[in-house]
Amino acid sequence: MPFGTAKGFGVTFRQIFNKPITQEYPEYKRPVYPRFRGRHRLHVHENGLEKCVGCSLCAAACPADCIRVVPAENTADNRVSAGERYARIYEINMSRCIFCGYCELACPFDAITLGNEYEISEYSRDDLIYTKDMLLAEPMKKVPVADPELYDTPIPAYRSSS
Amino acid sequence: MNEPWWVSVIKSAIIINLVLVTFAYMTLAERKVMGRMQLRYGPNRAGPFGLLQPIADMMKLIRKESFFPGSGVDVLYILSPFVAAFTALSTFAVIPFGPGWEIFGTQVDGQIADIPIALILIFAIGSIGIYGFIVGGWASDSKYALLGSMRTCAQLVSYEVSLALSVLGVVIMAQSLSLTEIVSAQNDWWYVLPQFVGFVIFLLAGTAETARAPFDLPEAEQELVAGYHTEYGGMRFGLFTMSEYINLITLSGLAVTLFLGGWHFPVLEGLGPLWFVLKLFVLLFVFIWMRTTLPRLRYDQLMRFGWKVLLPVATINAVVTAILVVAL
Repeated sequence: MPFGTAKGFGVTFRQIFNKPITQEYPEYKRPVYPRFRGRHRLHVHENGLEKCVGCSLCAAACPADCIRVVPAENTADNRVSAGERYARIYEINMSRCIFCGYCELACPFDAITLGNEYEISEYSRDDLIYTKDMLLAEPMKKVPVADPELYDTPIPAYRSSS
Repeated sequence: MNEPWWVSVIKSAIIINLVLVTFAYMTLAERKVMGRMQLRYGPNRAGPFGLLQPIADMMKLIRKESFFPGSGVDVLYILSPFVAAFTALSTFAVIPFGPGWEIFGTQVDGQIADIPIALILIFAIGSIGIYGFIVGGWASDSKYALLGSMRTCAQLVSYEVSLALSVLGVVIMAQSLSLTEIVSAQNDWWYVLPQFVGFVIFLLAGTAETARAPFDLPEAEQELVAGYHTEYGGMRFGLFTMSEYINLITLSGLAVTLFLGGWHFPVLEGLGPLWFVLKLFVLLFVFIWMRTTLPRLRYDQLMRFGWKVLLPVATINAVVTAILVVAL
Protein backbone atom coordinates (compact mmCIF):
# COMPACT_ATOMS: atom_id res chain seq x y z
CA MET A 1 0.00 0.00 0.00
CA PRO A 2 2.63 2.65 0.87
CA PHE A 3 4.39 2.03 -2.44
CA GLY A 4 1.15 2.46 -4.33
CA THR A 5 0.59 5.78 -2.57
CA ALA A 6 4.11 6.91 -3.39
CA LYS A 7 3.54 5.97 -7.00
CA GLY A 8 0.36 8.05 -6.98
CA PHE A 9 2.34 11.05 -5.75
CA GLY A 10 4.76 10.49 -8.60
CA VAL A 11 1.95 10.41 -11.13
CA THR A 12 0.40 13.65 -9.95
CA PHE A 13 3.80 15.38 -9.84
CA ARG A 14 4.66 14.31 -13.37
CA GLN A 15 1.38 15.76 -14.66
CA ILE A 16 2.57 19.30 -13.82
CA PHE A 17 5.00 19.23 -16.71
CA ASN A 18 2.46 18.03 -19.25
CA LYS A 19 0.60 20.57 -21.33
CA PRO A 20 -3.00 21.01 -20.21
CA ILE A 21 -5.55 19.65 -22.64
CA THR A 22 -8.02 22.45 -21.92
CA GLN A 23 -9.68 24.01 -24.96
CA GLU A 24 -9.96 27.66 -23.97
CA TYR A 25 -13.33 28.54 -25.41
CA PRO A 26 -13.56 32.16 -26.51
CA GLU A 27 -10.10 31.98 -28.07
CA TYR A 28 -10.49 28.50 -29.48
CA LYS A 29 -13.84 27.44 -30.88
CA ARG A 30 -14.14 23.75 -31.31
CA PRO A 31 -15.61 22.96 -34.76
CA VAL A 32 -19.21 21.83 -34.54
CA TYR A 33 -20.42 18.77 -36.39
CA PRO A 34 -21.96 19.45 -39.82
CA ARG A 35 -25.43 18.48 -38.64
CA PHE A 36 -25.21 20.59 -35.47
CA ARG A 37 -28.54 22.33 -34.86
CA GLY A 38 -28.07 25.99 -34.04
CA ARG A 39 -29.57 29.31 -35.06
CA HIS A 40 -32.33 29.13 -37.71
CA ARG A 41 -32.06 30.35 -41.27
CA LEU A 42 -34.80 31.18 -43.76
CA HIS A 43 -33.87 30.50 -47.35
CA VAL A 44 -34.66 32.11 -50.68
CA HIS A 45 -34.76 30.71 -54.20
CA GLU A 46 -32.10 31.66 -56.75
CA ASN A 47 -34.50 34.15 -58.31
CA GLY A 48 -34.80 36.00 -54.99
CA LEU A 49 -38.23 34.73 -54.00
CA GLU A 50 -38.64 33.37 -50.50
CA LYS A 51 -39.08 29.66 -50.12
CA CYS A 52 -41.47 30.10 -47.20
CA VAL A 53 -45.11 30.08 -48.22
CA GLY A 54 -46.55 30.88 -44.80
CA CYS A 55 -48.21 27.49 -44.25
CA SER A 56 -47.50 27.53 -40.47
CA LEU A 57 -46.63 23.84 -40.45
CA CYS A 58 -43.40 24.70 -38.60
CA ALA A 59 -45.39 26.55 -35.95
CA ALA A 60 -47.68 23.55 -35.62
CA ALA A 61 -44.77 21.15 -35.30
CA CYS A 62 -42.89 23.28 -32.77
CA PRO A 63 -43.03 21.61 -29.34
CA ALA A 64 -41.85 24.75 -27.60
CA ASP A 65 -44.40 26.93 -29.43
CA CYS A 66 -41.81 29.51 -30.27
CA ILE A 67 -42.63 30.20 -33.93
CA ARG A 68 -45.18 32.79 -34.97
CA VAL A 69 -46.26 32.99 -38.62
CA VAL A 70 -48.74 35.51 -39.99
CA PRO A 71 -49.38 34.77 -43.70
CA ALA A 72 -50.52 37.16 -46.40
CA GLU A 73 -51.52 36.73 -50.03
CA ASN A 74 -49.01 37.33 -52.78
CA THR A 75 -50.21 39.92 -55.24
CA ALA A 76 -48.98 40.66 -58.74
CA ASP A 77 -47.17 43.85 -57.76
CA ASN A 78 -45.94 42.48 -54.42
CA ARG A 79 -44.63 39.02 -55.03
CA VAL A 80 -42.55 37.79 -52.08
CA SER A 81 -42.62 34.02 -52.20
CA ALA A 82 -42.88 31.33 -54.82
CA GLY A 83 -46.23 30.08 -53.56
CA GLU A 84 -49.69 31.56 -53.28
CA ARG A 85 -49.07 33.12 -49.90
CA TYR A 86 -46.02 34.34 -48.03
CA ALA A 87 -45.13 34.89 -44.40
CA ARG A 88 -45.86 38.52 -43.62
CA ILE A 89 -44.54 38.01 -40.11
CA TYR A 90 -42.15 35.21 -39.27
CA GLU A 91 -40.79 35.32 -35.73
CA ILE A 92 -38.86 32.79 -33.70
CA ASN A 93 -38.54 33.32 -29.98
CA MET A 94 -35.00 32.07 -29.40
CA SER A 95 -35.39 32.10 -25.63
CA ARG A 96 -38.03 29.37 -25.99
CA CYS A 97 -36.56 27.36 -28.86
CA ILE A 98 -35.16 23.99 -27.88
CA PHE A 99 -33.35 23.44 -31.21
CA CYS A 100 -35.11 20.14 -31.85
CA GLY A 101 -35.24 20.67 -35.61
CA TYR A 102 -38.90 19.67 -36.00
CA CYS A 103 -39.61 22.89 -37.93
CA GLU A 104 -36.96 21.84 -40.41
CA LEU A 105 -38.61 18.44 -40.79
CA ALA A 106 -42.13 19.86 -41.04
CA CYS A 107 -41.33 22.39 -43.73
CA PRO A 108 -42.52 21.16 -47.15
CA PHE A 109 -40.27 23.58 -49.07
CA ASP A 110 -37.03 23.38 -47.05
CA ALA A 111 -37.52 27.06 -46.32
CA ILE A 112 -36.28 26.87 -42.75
CA THR A 113 -33.16 25.05 -41.65
CA LEU A 114 -31.13 25.06 -38.50
CA GLY A 115 -27.66 26.51 -39.01
CA ASN A 116 -24.51 25.91 -37.04
CA GLU A 117 -24.32 29.14 -35.05
CA TYR A 118 -24.76 28.75 -31.32
CA GLU A 119 -23.51 32.02 -29.84
CA ILE A 120 -26.89 33.69 -29.63
CA SER A 121 -26.86 35.17 -26.12
CA GLU A 122 -28.28 38.64 -25.65
CA TYR A 123 -28.64 41.03 -22.76
CA SER A 124 -32.39 41.34 -23.13
CA ARG A 125 -35.16 38.84 -23.83
CA ASP A 126 -36.66 41.15 -26.44
CA ASP A 127 -33.49 40.84 -28.49
CA LEU A 128 -33.97 37.09 -28.61
CA ILE A 129 -37.12 37.34 -30.70
CA TYR A 130 -35.70 36.92 -34.20
CA THR A 131 -37.67 38.58 -36.95
CA LYS A 132 -37.90 37.49 -40.55
CA ASP A 133 -35.24 39.93 -41.70
CA MET A 134 -32.79 38.54 -39.15
CA LEU A 135 -33.56 34.98 -40.14
CA LEU A 136 -33.16 35.74 -43.84
CA ALA A 137 -29.84 37.53 -43.37
CA GLU A 138 -26.51 35.77 -43.17
CA PRO A 139 -25.62 35.13 -39.51
CA MET A 140 -23.21 37.73 -38.16
CA LYS A 141 -21.06 35.29 -36.26
CA LYS A 142 -19.67 32.31 -38.09
CA VAL A 143 -18.62 29.21 -36.24
CA PRO A 144 -16.08 26.69 -37.47
CA VAL A 145 -17.66 23.53 -38.82
CA ALA A 146 -15.89 20.21 -38.95
CA ASP A 147 -15.15 18.70 -42.34
CA PRO A 148 -18.41 17.18 -43.66
CA GLU A 149 -16.38 14.53 -45.51
CA LEU A 150 -15.21 13.16 -42.20
CA TYR A 151 -17.99 13.94 -39.79
CA ASP A 152 -21.27 14.00 -41.69
CA THR A 153 -23.74 11.16 -41.44
CA PRO A 154 -23.43 8.27 -43.92
CA ILE A 155 -27.20 8.28 -44.51
CA PRO A 156 -27.69 10.33 -47.70
CA ALA A 157 -31.15 11.63 -46.81
CA TYR A 158 -29.89 13.13 -43.57
CA ARG A 159 -26.68 14.68 -44.90
CA SER A 160 -26.16 18.32 -43.96
CA SER A 161 -26.03 19.30 -47.62
CA SER A 162 -29.37 17.73 -48.48
CA MET B 1 18.32 44.07 25.05
CA ASN B 2 14.53 44.14 24.92
CA GLU B 3 12.79 45.36 21.81
CA PRO B 4 10.63 48.46 22.18
CA TRP B 5 6.86 47.96 22.10
CA TRP B 6 6.28 49.87 18.88
CA VAL B 7 8.50 47.48 16.96
CA SER B 8 6.12 44.68 17.90
CA VAL B 9 3.15 46.71 16.69
CA ILE B 10 4.77 47.39 13.32
CA LYS B 11 5.90 43.80 13.01
CA SER B 12 2.46 42.40 13.83
CA ALA B 13 0.86 44.67 11.23
CA ILE B 14 3.37 43.52 8.62
CA ILE B 15 3.04 39.86 9.52
CA ILE B 16 -0.76 39.85 9.58
CA ASN B 17 -0.77 41.37 6.13
CA LEU B 18 1.85 38.97 4.87
CA VAL B 19 -0.08 36.02 6.23
CA LEU B 20 -3.29 37.29 4.64
CA VAL B 21 -1.59 37.77 1.29
CA THR B 22 -0.09 34.31 1.59
CA PHE B 23 -3.57 32.97 2.30
CA ALA B 24 -5.05 34.75 -0.69
CA TYR B 25 -2.40 33.53 -3.07
CA MET B 26 -2.37 30.12 -1.44
CA THR B 27 -5.93 29.67 -2.69
CA LEU B 28 -4.81 30.69 -6.17
CA ALA B 29 -1.69 28.51 -6.03
CA GLU B 30 -3.77 25.58 -4.86
CA ARG B 31 -6.20 25.93 -7.74
CA LYS B 32 -3.38 26.46 -10.21
CA VAL B 33 -1.23 23.55 -9.04
CA MET B 34 -4.23 21.25 -8.72
CA GLY B 35 -5.29 22.31 -12.19
CA ARG B 36 -1.91 21.53 -13.69
CA MET B 37 -1.86 18.17 -11.93
CA GLN B 38 -5.22 17.41 -13.52
CA LEU B 39 -4.16 18.66 -16.99
CA ARG B 40 -6.13 21.88 -16.59
CA TYR B 41 -4.95 25.48 -16.44
CA GLY B 42 -6.75 26.60 -13.30
CA PRO B 43 -7.96 30.19 -13.04
CA ASN B 44 -6.34 32.28 -15.78
CA ARG B 45 -8.94 34.90 -16.66
CA ALA B 46 -8.71 37.56 -13.92
CA GLY B 47 -5.55 39.48 -14.68
CA PRO B 48 -2.37 38.02 -16.16
CA PHE B 49 -2.15 34.30 -15.28
CA GLY B 50 -5.23 34.77 -13.09
CA LEU B 51 -3.20 36.73 -10.57
CA LEU B 52 -6.16 38.93 -9.64
CA GLN B 53 -8.39 35.95 -8.92
CA PRO B 54 -8.06 36.09 -5.09
CA ILE B 55 -8.95 39.79 -5.17
CA ALA B 56 -11.95 39.11 -7.39
CA ASP B 57 -13.04 36.31 -5.05
CA MET B 58 -12.75 38.58 -2.05
CA MET B 59 -14.69 41.39 -3.72
CA LYS B 60 -17.43 38.94 -4.54
CA LEU B 61 -17.56 37.58 -0.99
CA ILE B 62 -17.63 41.03 0.58
CA ARG B 63 -20.41 42.28 -1.69
CA LYS B 64 -22.65 39.30 -1.04
CA GLU B 65 -25.72 39.66 1.13
CA SER B 66 -25.03 38.64 4.72
CA PHE B 67 -27.93 36.46 5.68
CA PHE B 68 -28.51 34.09 8.54
CA PRO B 69 -30.93 31.24 9.10
CA GLY B 70 -34.12 32.30 10.83
CA SER B 71 -33.98 29.50 13.37
CA GLY B 72 -30.28 29.88 14.06
CA VAL B 73 -28.73 31.42 17.15
CA ASP B 74 -27.78 34.85 15.88
CA VAL B 75 -25.06 35.90 18.31
CA LEU B 76 -23.14 32.65 18.10
CA TYR B 77 -23.72 32.41 14.39
CA ILE B 78 -22.15 35.80 13.80
CA LEU B 79 -19.44 35.41 16.40
CA SER B 80 -18.01 32.02 15.47
CA PRO B 81 -16.33 33.03 12.17
CA PHE B 82 -14.57 35.79 14.03
CA VAL B 83 -13.39 33.40 16.72
CA ALA B 84 -12.06 31.04 14.08
CA ALA B 85 -10.32 33.76 12.09
CA PHE B 86 -8.92 35.57 15.14
CA THR B 87 -7.41 32.47 16.70
CA ALA B 88 -5.98 31.39 13.36
CA LEU B 89 -4.29 34.75 12.88
CA SER B 90 -3.04 35.15 16.41
CA THR B 91 -1.14 31.85 16.54
CA PHE B 92 1.31 33.16 13.98
CA ALA B 93 2.55 35.68 16.53
CA VAL B 94 4.90 33.25 18.24
CA ILE B 95 6.44 31.58 15.19
CA PRO B 96 10.01 32.79 14.72
CA PHE B 97 11.06 33.64 11.20
CA GLY B 98 14.51 35.06 11.82
CA PRO B 99 17.30 35.27 14.38
CA GLY B 100 16.56 38.89 15.32
CA TRP B 101 18.47 41.92 14.15
CA GLU B 102 19.65 45.27 15.38
CA ILE B 103 18.45 48.00 13.05
CA PHE B 104 19.58 51.59 13.79
CA GLY B 105 20.31 50.65 17.38
CA THR B 106 16.85 49.16 17.88
CA GLN B 107 16.47 45.51 18.76
CA VAL B 108 14.10 43.69 16.38
CA ASP B 109 13.25 40.12 17.35
CA GLY B 110 12.61 37.40 14.82
CA GLN B 111 9.00 36.99 15.93
CA ILE B 112 6.23 39.14 17.33
CA ALA B 113 6.19 37.63 20.81
CA ASP B 114 8.99 35.50 22.19
CA ILE B 115 7.34 33.64 25.03
CA PRO B 116 8.81 30.63 26.85
CA ILE B 117 5.72 28.44 26.34
CA ALA B 118 5.09 29.32 22.69
CA LEU B 119 4.37 25.73 21.68
CA ILE B 120 1.72 25.26 24.34
CA LEU B 121 0.23 28.62 23.41
CA ILE B 122 -0.16 27.55 19.78
CA PHE B 123 -1.97 24.37 20.76
CA ALA B 124 -4.12 26.20 23.29
CA ILE B 125 -5.19 28.91 20.86
CA GLY B 126 -5.73 26.30 18.18
CA SER B 127 -8.08 24.46 20.52
CA ILE B 128 -10.05 27.65 21.12
CA GLY B 129 -10.31 28.06 17.36
CA ILE B 130 -12.08 24.72 17.16
CA TYR B 131 -14.95 26.30 19.10
CA GLY B 132 -15.52 28.61 16.16
CA PHE B 133 -16.10 25.61 13.88
CA ILE B 134 -18.22 23.63 16.33
CA VAL B 135 -20.36 26.50 17.59
CA GLY B 136 -20.77 27.89 14.09
CA GLY B 137 -22.14 24.59 12.84
CA TRP B 138 -24.42 24.21 15.80
CA ALA B 139 -25.74 27.78 15.72
CA SER B 140 -26.72 27.44 12.05
CA ASP B 141 -29.52 25.04 13.05
CA SER B 142 -29.04 22.88 9.97
CA LYS B 143 -28.54 19.16 9.91
CA TYR B 144 -25.65 19.28 7.49
CA ALA B 145 -23.87 21.99 9.43
CA LEU B 146 -24.42 20.11 12.67
CA LEU B 147 -23.14 16.85 11.20
CA GLY B 148 -20.16 18.73 9.81
CA SER B 149 -19.30 20.29 13.12
CA MET B 150 -19.73 16.95 14.88
CA ARG B 151 -17.25 15.41 12.48
CA THR B 152 -14.91 18.37 12.89
CA CYS B 153 -15.16 17.98 16.63
CA ALA B 154 -14.44 14.24 16.63
CA GLN B 155 -11.64 14.49 14.11
CA LEU B 156 -9.90 17.45 15.67
CA VAL B 157 -10.05 15.96 19.13
CA SER B 158 -8.72 12.62 17.89
CA TYR B 159 -5.83 14.02 15.92
CA GLU B 160 -4.84 16.79 18.31
CA VAL B 161 -3.57 14.10 20.68
CA SER B 162 -1.25 12.66 18.05
CA LEU B 163 -0.21 16.14 16.97
CA ALA B 164 0.78 17.13 20.49
CA LEU B 165 2.56 13.82 21.08
CA SER B 166 4.51 14.08 17.83
CA VAL B 167 6.09 17.38 18.84
CA LEU B 168 6.94 15.97 22.26
CA GLY B 169 10.04 14.34 20.81
CA VAL B 170 11.30 17.72 19.62
CA VAL B 171 10.51 19.32 22.95
CA ILE B 172 12.44 16.59 24.78
CA MET B 173 15.44 16.93 22.48
CA ALA B 174 15.54 20.73 22.64
CA GLN B 175 14.56 20.71 26.32
CA SER B 176 12.47 23.80 25.79
CA LEU B 177 8.98 24.89 24.81
CA SER B 178 10.20 28.18 23.41
CA LEU B 179 10.23 28.12 19.64
CA THR B 180 13.31 30.38 19.41
CA GLU B 181 15.27 27.96 21.56
CA ILE B 182 14.04 25.01 19.55
CA VAL B 183 15.26 26.70 16.38
CA SER B 184 18.62 27.58 17.94
CA ALA B 185 18.97 23.95 19.02
CA GLN B 186 18.75 22.97 15.35
CA ASN B 187 21.86 24.95 14.46
CA ASP B 188 23.88 21.85 13.62
CA TRP B 189 21.28 19.41 12.30
CA TRP B 190 17.57 19.72 11.77
CA TYR B 191 15.22 17.68 13.90
CA VAL B 192 13.68 16.12 10.81
CA LEU B 193 16.57 13.62 10.85
CA PRO B 194 16.38 12.26 14.40
CA GLN B 195 12.64 12.93 14.63
CA PHE B 196 11.62 11.73 11.18
CA VAL B 197 8.77 9.65 12.59
CA GLY B 198 7.59 12.64 14.56
CA PHE B 199 7.75 14.80 11.42
CA VAL B 200 5.63 12.39 9.41
CA ILE B 201 3.10 12.06 12.22
CA PHE B 202 3.03 15.83 12.59
CA LEU B 203 2.29 16.30 8.89
CA LEU B 204 -0.42 13.62 8.85
CA ALA B 205 -2.08 14.76 12.06
CA GLY B 206 -1.72 18.35 10.90
CA THR B 207 -3.50 17.55 7.65
CA ALA B 208 -6.32 16.05 9.68
CA GLU B 209 -6.25 18.99 12.05
CA THR B 210 -6.74 21.49 9.22
CA ALA B 211 -9.41 19.22 7.67
CA ARG B 212 -7.70 18.91 4.31
CA ALA B 213 -7.79 16.00 1.89
CA PRO B 214 -7.44 13.07 2.48
CA PHE B 215 -8.87 13.92 5.91
CA ASP B 216 -11.49 16.40 4.72
CA LEU B 217 -14.42 14.48 6.17
CA PRO B 218 -15.80 17.50 8.04
CA GLU B 219 -16.61 19.08 4.69
CA ALA B 220 -17.18 16.04 2.53
CA GLU B 221 -19.15 17.70 -0.24
CA GLN B 222 -20.84 14.54 -1.42
CA GLU B 223 -22.37 13.79 1.96
CA LEU B 224 -22.57 17.05 3.87
CA VAL B 225 -22.95 19.82 1.26
CA ALA B 226 -20.11 21.82 2.83
CA GLY B 227 -19.74 20.83 6.47
CA TYR B 228 -20.06 23.22 9.37
CA HIS B 229 -20.18 26.30 7.13
CA THR B 230 -23.10 25.09 5.02
CA GLU B 231 -25.36 27.91 6.17
CA TYR B 232 -22.72 30.60 5.89
CA GLY B 233 -22.34 32.94 2.98
CA GLY B 234 -20.41 36.02 2.01
CA MET B 235 -17.42 37.11 4.02
CA ARG B 236 -18.48 35.03 7.02
CA PHE B 237 -17.90 31.97 4.93
CA GLY B 238 -14.76 33.72 3.73
CA LEU B 239 -13.54 34.06 7.31
CA PHE B 240 -14.01 30.33 7.89
CA THR B 241 -12.10 29.47 4.74
CA MET B 242 -9.48 32.02 5.70
CA SER B 243 -9.05 30.51 9.14
CA GLU B 244 -8.65 27.06 7.62
CA TYR B 245 -5.97 28.20 5.22
CA ILE B 246 -4.21 30.29 7.85
CA ASN B 247 -4.26 27.32 10.20
CA LEU B 248 -2.57 25.40 7.42
CA ILE B 249 0.02 28.13 6.98
CA THR B 250 0.61 28.28 10.73
CA LEU B 251 0.93 24.53 10.85
CA SER B 252 3.46 24.55 8.03
CA GLY B 253 5.32 27.35 9.81
CA LEU B 254 5.31 25.27 12.97
CA ALA B 255 6.59 22.24 11.08
CA VAL B 256 9.38 24.35 9.61
CA THR B 257 10.23 25.69 13.05
CA LEU B 258 10.14 22.37 14.85
CA PHE B 259 11.54 19.98 12.29
CA LEU B 260 13.11 21.82 9.37
CA GLY B 261 15.40 24.16 11.28
CA GLY B 262 13.37 27.35 11.06
CA TRP B 263 15.41 30.07 9.40
CA HIS B 264 18.60 27.97 9.34
CA PHE B 265 20.03 26.72 6.09
CA PRO B 266 23.45 25.23 5.33
CA VAL B 267 24.33 28.00 2.88
CA LEU B 268 23.73 31.75 3.03
CA GLU B 269 22.70 31.75 6.67
CA GLY B 270 22.13 35.53 6.52
CA LEU B 271 18.98 35.20 4.43
CA GLY B 272 17.10 33.87 7.51
CA PRO B 273 13.46 34.85 6.84
CA LEU B 274 13.74 33.98 3.17
CA TRP B 275 14.78 30.43 3.99
CA PHE B 276 11.88 30.23 6.42
CA VAL B 277 9.43 31.39 3.75
CA LEU B 278 10.94 29.04 1.18
CA LYS B 279 10.57 26.02 3.45
CA LEU B 280 7.05 27.16 4.29
CA PHE B 281 6.11 27.27 0.62
CA VAL B 282 7.60 23.85 -0.01
CA LEU B 283 5.46 22.44 2.79
CA LEU B 284 2.37 24.20 1.48
CA PHE B 285 3.07 22.66 -1.92
CA VAL B 286 3.28 19.26 -0.27
CA PHE B 287 -0.16 19.83 1.26
CA ILE B 288 -1.62 20.80 -2.12
CA TRP B 289 0.08 17.81 -3.71
CA MET B 290 -1.36 15.53 -1.06
CA ARG B 291 -4.83 16.95 -1.68
CA THR B 292 -4.60 16.23 -5.40
CA THR B 293 -3.25 12.74 -4.97
CA LEU B 294 -5.09 11.04 -2.16
CA PRO B 295 -8.79 10.22 -2.03
CA ARG B 296 -10.81 10.88 1.09
CA LEU B 297 -10.76 8.30 3.87
CA ARG B 298 -13.86 6.58 5.12
CA TYR B 299 -14.96 7.62 8.60
CA ASP B 300 -14.04 4.35 10.31
CA GLN B 301 -10.68 4.38 8.51
CA LEU B 302 -10.08 7.89 9.78
CA MET B 303 -10.79 6.94 13.37
CA ARG B 304 -8.84 3.70 13.14
CA PHE B 305 -5.87 5.48 11.60
CA GLY B 306 -5.94 8.19 14.26
CA TRP B 307 -6.31 6.06 17.34
CA LYS B 308 -4.72 2.76 16.35
CA VAL B 309 -1.83 3.88 14.17
CA LEU B 310 -0.87 7.50 14.74
CA LEU B 311 -1.38 7.63 18.48
CA PRO B 312 0.64 4.48 19.38
CA VAL B 313 3.43 5.42 16.97
CA ALA B 314 3.55 8.96 18.33
CA THR B 315 3.61 7.66 21.89
CA ILE B 316 6.37 5.17 21.17
CA ASN B 317 8.31 7.89 19.37
CA ALA B 318 8.05 10.22 22.36
CA VAL B 319 8.96 7.47 24.86
CA VAL B 320 11.94 6.23 22.82
CA THR B 321 13.17 9.81 22.38
CA ALA B 322 12.89 10.41 26.11
CA ILE B 323 14.80 7.21 26.91
CA LEU B 324 17.52 7.99 24.38
CA VAL B 325 17.90 11.59 25.59
CA VAL B 326 18.27 10.40 29.17
CA ALA B 327 20.56 7.49 28.27
CA LEU B 328 22.92 9.30 25.92
